[in-house]
Amino acid sequence: MLSISDFAVSFRTRRGEVQAVRGISFDVAQGETLGIVGESGSGKSVTSYALMRILDAGGTIKAGSAVFDGRDLAQAAERDMQAIRGREISMIFQNPRAALNPICKVGHQLEDVLKRHGRATRADARAKAIAALEAVRIRDAAARYDAYPFELSGGMCQRVVFAIALACGPRLLIADEPTTGLDITTQKAVMDLVRDLTRERGMSSILITHDLGLAAEYCDRLAVMKDGRIVETGPAAALFADPQDPYTRKLVDATPRPGASLRDLLPIEARTPLADHAPGDRALVQVRDLVKTYPGKSGPVHAVKGISFTIREGQSVGLVGESGCGKSTTSSMLVRLLDRTSGDILFDGFDIADIPADRFVRDKRRSQIQMVFQDATDSLNPRHSARQTIADPILRMSALRGAALQTRIEELATLCGLPLPLLDRFPHQLSGGQKARVGIARAIALDPKFLILDEPTAALDVSIQAVVLNLLADLRARLGMTYLFVSHDLNVVRLLCDHVIVMQGGEIVEQGPTAQVMDTPSHPYTRTLLAAAPKPPTTKTNETDTAAKSAAE
Amino acid sequence: MVGRARAIGIRLAQTVPVLIGVVVISFILTRALPGDPAVYFAGAMADEASIQQVREALGLDKPLMTQFVLYVGDLARGDLGRSLSTGQPVLTDLAMRLPASLELTLSALILSCLIAIPLGVLAAVRQGSWIDHLCRVLVTAGVSLPTFFTGILLVYVFYYLLGLAPAPLGRLDFLYFEPPRVTGFYLIDSLLAGDLETFAAALRQLALPTITLALFTLAPIARMTRAAMLQALSSDYIRTARAAGLSRGKVVFGYGFRNALLPVVTTLGMVFSFVLGANVLVEKVFAWPGIGSYAVEALVASDYAAVQGFVLAMAILFVTLNLIIDLSYALIDPRIGFDTK
Repeated sequence: MLSISDFAVSFRTRRGEVQAVRGISFDVAQGETLGIVGESGSGKSVTSYALMRILDAGGTIKAGSAVFDGRDLAQAAERDMQAIRGREISMIFQNPRAALNPICKVGHQLEDVLKRHGRATRADARAKAIAALEAVRIRDAAARYDAYPFELSGGMCQRVVFAIALACGPRLLIADEPTTGLDITTQKAVMDLVRDLTRERGMSSILITHDLGLAAEYCDRLAVMKDGRIVETGPAAALFADPQDPYTRKLVDATPRPGASLRDLLPIEARTPLADHAPGDRALVQVRDLVKTYPGKSGPVHAVKGISFTIREGQSVGLVGESGCGKSTTSSMLVRLLDRTSGDILFDGFDIADIPADRFVRDKRRSQIQMVFQDATDSLNPRHSARQTIADPILRMSALRGAALQTRIEELATLCGLPLPLLDRFPHQLSGGQKARVGIARAIALDPKFLILDEPTAALDVSIQAVVLNLLADLRARLGMTYLFVSHDLNVVRLLCDHVIVMQGGEIVEQGPTAQVMDTPSHPYTRTLLAAAPKPPTTKTNETDTAAKSAAE
Repeated sequence: MVGRARAIGIRLAQTVPVLIGVVVISFILTRALPGDPAVYFAGAMADEASIQQVREALGLDKPLMTQFVLYVGDLARGDLGRSLSTGQPVLTDLAMRLPASLELTLSALILSCLIAIPLGVLAAVRQGSWIDHLCRVLVTAGVSLPTFFTGILLVYVFYYLLGLAPAPLGRLDFLYFEPPRVTGFYLIDSLLAGDLETFAAALRQLALPTITLALFTLAPIARMTRAAMLQALSSDYIRTARAAGLSRGKVVFGYGFRNALLPVVTTLGMVFSFVLGANVLVEKVFAWPGIGSYAVEALVASDYAAVQGFVLAMAILFVTLNLIIDLSYALIDPRIGFDTK
């Protein structure tokens, strides 16, 4: 149905031409789902925009053809493309809330598309728009018609985007990272819906994602992209079980999955033995009946409803839950950036909840409790070099100055695997992984006892996530730190944590040792979460590795 | 809708403390200014006794507090006092002169929007093209030429050299009669009276000062439109709209421009505020009987009642303007509720 050959796209930039896609070829058959997998910068999204001919200014198709139904999309006139977009080929996007016009009712946005492609007239547009909303299984569609995007949840917005994409009965759907930024249960609901509806209508689809596990679960065939080229294509299961290309193998290895250990995520040559870490018996952090209530427009909002837990010295505790469950509020209170409504936070036996957040800055325990933030880019001052960023907490909280300070900064950089020449670079000159290392180095600069990690790998590519997770494990063993790891990704939590706390609606629904919670969950919500996580097919790599190792011995 | 009406009511109520503050501050400021109106109005030949006589007549011998109480009492009755320099009640003066300024400012803003907004949109849609460069040149020229200079230049070229424009002597040539007063805007009043000849005459008088002011206000509006459009056009929802096959016009205007309106409206409000206060120079050049020149004359003469009346009128105008802008925000953007205040 779609046949792409030697397709190449390049962008004109100030620094000359950049080749984003360098001659790729693939086919999509009628009714088939193709997954295009790759890390950021691999050219997977550019490929889809080029197919739709909606590249940003400066992007052009340099070579090759993309034949859809007998027409070459690369050569088609803009007029013809406008008729093809939305009617023959349509797209859904990542960040669904931003993908909808914020000041326009969702029903009207649907009507625009229906009218444009002659599927509705002024008279029946409303009814058809509601029908399109019902088609993506939105309950109470007539009421949703009048909603603005900001009034809907992320998952609901993605359904609306999907409704717009399906409204005119296209034959090919391109889904560009459709679940990035959505909760794991929402991700499953959206992906199941996409799969069911495209199957029902006999549509073909292309799923573009960085998540190999997700692609493997929902696609018939996968194409792995790297630096604008396809390095490997094949049926999903086969590709996972026996990756041929070294890059595919690296990706498969780096994907967190049940049964794999932290070191298994790394390439074989980097799998040094992981140092043992055994949590002590002494309680470092004790949380008792912690409550946080925000004043809201319609009555108070109970973000955290009286939770209690204990973190022992040297322990790594995972705090898991979906957006709005109160996990970020909890971590902000623990790191003393936010004041609690009631309850105690005992740190080393002392109730730090009594110290107001704005006075805690000058408390001697400030240096003991540090945080690694979610967005490695936004949490760095863009005008500070890596060296200044790491020096910042030391200058504020300790007397270290001059040569000793520089020695300490270099020691921290080495500890975090940041090459010393990069210390004088600014955040925009660093890669995502390097920025994450700077953030970690800053957090451990004062030798904290307790480190709160707020989804530190959420914005990172999977291979870099693997490296950062291993770095965190090494640091923990070396410095004897205690971690609170906040995450929505159960597979990642399983790798790093000894103990898991599952939160829902401001309450702890289940907590216990990681293996117990993960393998024999007792609460239905935990089971839902576990069931929603994409399950990558079993890989051969683990067995082959052990076989190879034993053979070597 | 009930909630919204109530919210508008609350928003209106919030303007009351602002106005009270303005009354107090304008009273104190005028008293604090150097110069003694009694000396000024008693004349150059006056002796100590006659100055004292004038002072008593003006009520300036009373303690400050008493003066304030009297002033507020008059205000409550709608009496803004009598201007010493014109001899008219301040309210009458303002009613005469405010429409003149408003007519000039509004027509300048309308003209400026008609040029600046399409220019900004085109510059954003065709970024880097000749129209983008034209926009940049116009914007730079607009901000760098002071209004009194463009005003005099226009008068020199169109009146003195070409003879196309009438003499820059006020709102209407002395050949014509003022149209019957309804709104105080000559253009509207003459149309209401069906007097097309007067309308044309008023329009001719208005043309040059309007163009002068419009050139000045063009710059911020065009720049903001261009920036807001560029930002809107690079948004994710524009990509969605394009991927859905919507036509270019629909994408640019229906999706892009509507989203870009908010910052443009904000800029419009700001521009309106400063132009209303700053068009005194244009009024001077064109002998326009507006409120700006009135205020300057009153200030020079320490004409307390007139200055206070002017400040109060401007304050009410700004408060109303801000209210209108706030309300139009809520119309443009459903995300803005009144209750978030």
